[in-house]
Amino acid sequence: MTTMNMVQALNSAMDVMLAQDPNVIVFGEDVGYFGGVFRCTEGLQKKYGDHRVFDTPIAEGGIVAAAIGMGVNGLRPVVEIQFADYIYPAFDQIVSELARLRYRSGGQYWSPVTIRTPCGGGIRGGQTHSQSPEAIFAHVCGIKTVIPSSPYDAKGLLIASIEDDDPIIFLEPKRLYNGPFEGDPKKPAVAWSTHPGGEVPEGHYTVPIGKANILRAGSDLTILAYGTMVHVAGAAAQMAGVDAEIIDIRTIAPLDVDTIATSVCRTGRCVIVHEATRFGGYGGELSAIVQEECFWNLEAPILRVCGWDTPYPHAQEWEYFPGPQRVAKAIRQVMGC
Amino acid sequence: MATKLHIPHAPFRPGDKPDFSNIKLPKAGELRRPPIGIHANETRDLPFSMIRVLDEEHRAVGEWDPHLDAETLRLGLRHMLLNRVFDDRMYKMHRQGKISFYMRATGEEAVAVAQCMALQPGDMMFPSYRQQGLLITRGIKLVDMMCQCLSNSHDNLQGRQLPVLYSFKEVNFFTLSGNLATQFCQAVGWAMAAEYKGTSDIAVTWIGEGSSAESDFHYALTFSSVYRSPVVLNVVNNQWAISTSQNVAGGDQNPFAARAIGYGIPGLRVDGNDFLAVYAATAWAAERARTGAGPTLIELYTYRAAPHSTSDDPGRYRPLDEWQYWPLGDPIERLKKHLIALGEWTEAQHATLEKELADHVLASWKEAESYGTLNEGPWPPVSAMFEDVYKDVPPHLIKQRDELGKL
Repeated sequence: MTTMNMVQALNSAMDVMLAQDPNVIVFGEDVGYFGGVFRCTEGLQKKYGDHRVFDTPIAEGGIVAAAIGMGVNGLRPVVEIQFADYIYPAFDQIVSELARLRYRSGGQYWSPVTIRTPCGGGIRGGQTHSQSPEAIFAHVCGIKTVIPSSPYDAKGLLIASIEDDDPIIFLEPKRLYNGPFEGDPKKPAVAWSTHPGGEVPEGHYTVPIGKANILRAGSDLTILAYGTMVHVAGAAAQMAGVDAEIIDIRTIAPLDVDTIATSVCRTGRCVIVHEATRFGGYGGELSAIVQEECFWNLEAPILRVCGWDTPYPHAQEWEYFPGPQRVAKAIRQVMGC
Repeated sequence: MATKLHIPHAPFRPGDKPDFSNIKLPKAGELRRPPIGIHANETRDLPFSMIRVLDEEHRAVGEWDPHLDAETLRLGLRHMLLNRVFDDRMYKMHRQGKISFYMRATGEEAVAVAQCMALQPGDMMFPSYRQQGLLITRGIKLVDMMCQCLSNSHDNLQGRQLPVLYSFKEVNFFTLSGNLATQFCQAVGWAMAAEYKGTSDIAVTWIGEGSSAESDFHYALTFSSVYRSPVVLNVVNNQWAISTSQNVAGGDQNPFAARAIGYGIPGLRVDGNDFLAVYAATAWAAERARTGAGPTLIELYTYRAAPHSTSDDPGRYRPLDEWQYWPLGDPIERLKKHLIALGEWTEAQHATLEKELADHVLASWKEAESYGTLNEGPWPPVSAMFEDVYKDVPPHLIKQRDELGKL
């Protein structure tokens, strides 16, 4: 065990997989010589050579298309899209191709591509460095979408993603790269070394894809969150003074329905929290599933605390970001206090 | 209001008498054949001219003559003819309501057949939907192609795909997508992996001139150029993208092959109805790729003689007899006449072959139909709908499969 921040944990995951499997290759914009704009691939080109870790032209559609072809030819590409906000040029390749190769070819062809991309706000990123597009991918059958909330999970989930034979969208909350964040920008920054999630094994291990994590057991209500918002939810529950059960979804799709349903059926209350915009957001799917699975156990309406249905603003960031006050308000509302 | 906006149009519309005398065709044998290692900058003349081997007297002339033996030529003729007879049969079967959709490659048979014959079996093909000749040339049974079109119990894609969107891994034919151009840069990625692995296999991909306007075309040229991937990039310019003429894709400005030069890639423009020219250009590009000299863009200049698909009526946008005026003729007729000129073929042999292939296609159809039709079954199992979405069927899909079972 050692202490790592999320950047180091992701770097370590790629290091482990590059060492273990010669078919693993890593590429994207600025990921090679420079080591990535967030340092996630630092040192990897030097260690494994430029045939295994290299820079690409600025062409997200081309990056994913090339990765698909490589995967079909037996490699295991791990590609980076510099910001999730810039994944859209690759959307056709992801939705029409990567997600459907296996299905449309009757199982003849498939491509085990992992697409890493930094997501989420809280960093003064404005409209095109803050987005949370997970709901867009949750609606696409054939891909799995994963989002970690700690260095430990980040490494374990990334190794599991690279080893998985299905294509993965791996969303990295960049707000959590250097430390946990409870949603108050005025508080001094906290390092991962102060958090149990910053304890990371140096070698190979996995965190299972498709399995949610009960971060904190509780009996009053269930909070469903992922990424940065699991930390915000914890702070909000404390603020509201309730014994909340906090579930880190971890895999957006396929979803661990059992863990969620078991929890909400026991607590009888549910608040869903995400940074992404509300309308058509992933919270709608979570809410519908909870309603279907737990209707006879629900003691209050399921509430969603989300980003507003606007593009992500710059100056108004902290009015947009669903911080602990807004989450605590929703908690009090479902608790009837 | 007066406007200077340029809106390109097709040269001829319904009711016009087509006249292609403005198309500048070099004489067969005129164009030089440079060494395969040549840099793109020294090939600037090639994409503006045209590689042609068969002359007016049906002889093979010039540096690009691939010097194929008569047996190979007869095999090429047979594959092209089978492609056409197969297409015609399937088109009729659509008209009789037996299949839901079909797309013919009439007039473009030399593209798939000659190119495929110039490749090695290990070369990976990323085609568009109008290269069924690749499957015929690589020996896929017509019955298996027909079963895919019928979505019946023998369909290798288990009824999941539209007719003609084939996938035959056993002959390195990549799964066809309905989304245009997506395969173009995937082929480049495949070729990059081949280099990485140190194999000598190359990737070959096809796009229509219409789809060359898609972003993936640019991605493929950029990536193949940057990484010098062993790939052959083909633009089949059949003049038409459904109802839009090649001019709407930018063809009235410069040849599609000339796009290559800007990327630092050699661009060859080929008479797409000249079997020998298509074979020779492909062999040149394939050798370039295989020896590490990098990618090549080939424009195959041809004409889409058939409707775009069974859902299309070309009489609404072009003269129906336009193909009769097409200056590059019919690829099958031209190869046939070449073989006759060589004394290696006769009209009588040709008629016999036509009959043999028609019988073969009809027998194949009868066998395919015996495995089921879309309307009457038997079909692939309904449960197959839930498989292969992921490697393993996840819990929510098991639940949905069970839910359907209760209906």
